[in-house]
Amino acid sequence: MYYIDPHIHMVSRTTDDYETLAKMGCVAMSEPAFWAGYDRGSVEGFRDYFEQLTAFEPKRASDYGIQHFTWLCINAKEAENVELSREVIAMIPEFLDRPGVLGIGEIGLNKNTRNESIVFLEHLDLAMKTGEQILIHTPHLEDKFQGTRMILDMLTNDSRIDRSRVLVDHVEEHTVELVLNEGFWAGMTLYPVSKCTPARAVDMIEMYGAERLLVNSAGDWGPSKPTAVPDFILEMRRRGHTEQAIRRVVYDNPIKFFSQSRGFVFDPPEVRS
Amino acid sequence: MSTELSSHEILDREFLPVRAKILEIAASLDRMQRAPDDVAGDPRLQQLHTAINKLLAEDSDRAEQIQLLFSRPYQQQWRDALDITR
Ligand SMILES: [Zn+2]
Repeated sequence: MYYIDPHIHMVSRTTDDYETLAKMGCVAMSEPAFWAGYDRGSVEGFRDYFEQLTAFEPKRASDYGIQHFTWLCINAKEAENVELSREVIAMIPEFLDRPGVLGIGEIGLNKNTRNESIVFLEHLDLAMKTGEQILIHTPHLEDKFQGTRMILDMLTNDSRIDRSRVLVDHVEEHTVELVLNEGFWAGMTLYPVSKCTPARAVDMIEMYGAERLLVNSAGDWGPSKPTAVPDFILEMRRRGHTEQAIRRVVYDNPIKFFSQSRGFVFDPPEVRS
Repeated sequence: MSTELSSHEILDREFLPVRAKILEIAASLDRMQRAPDDVAGDPRLQQLHTAINKLLAEDSDRAEQIQLLFSRPYQQQWRDALDITR
């Protein structure tokens, strides 16, 4: 089955991973900007990173028949440096009209601090000014509930925001309903030890329906599994869900959400010449 | 999209994996017990005990309840605390 991974950090993965993903049916992916594992020192560091995301990764992916899309921002972990964050936010528009750029992301909160909130709100201002879609990271573990509620408070307080163009990622059992009830898209991240397992992700699909839910691997430089979406597909199949129902979650939904971005020009594998 | 399997089919499928997970928990708790010094007063152990007790409730939202148990509570007045106005 063809599928799309809507959240994966391929700059941290090998070319062998691209090959494996292609063999498993991955035909497109979107890569949000995130933390490198260390704080980047300057706005130039981000400019180089955005160059990699918008030029080199799409090339590497296309060698395996995978279309690569991306989202740009300074992530929440580096948002404690508000001055640098503002320089990066001012520089992002240089890249927004490049092919394959879907919007601003993954912005959000990490430790739910004042500076993270300020930088989150300034990213929202940028997205509103330039008409971008938004992809949002929610915090991990004990901070997730409070952080998700804070993010929803800030989003729902802003009348400029079109909720159908915002994806709130890394939802779990205690946050999925809050996000869906407010009219946003929700992403479930399949991680080996934290976040969600394939079985629990299928549970949430069964409980809340597939209308605005996405699944992703969020594969990165830490313990993660880039092939997690095929694990989800297998779990759906083993539980007796139809191919059509599975395809809706892993293929039709990402296309529906991404299609609201001017940077999403998708070449479906069925019609590639 | 509801579940396609009956509860009997799910039990057939889940019995051995759940049994194995319960054994892992039991062995982890035993390991702590056998080791030198004492974690009885550690709030994390209390949290684990509370979570284990929640498993026996007859509710259908146990996963959500356990997530909330391990979460910091939502402070509705967070904006005042952080001096954020929007
Ligand atoms: Zn990520």
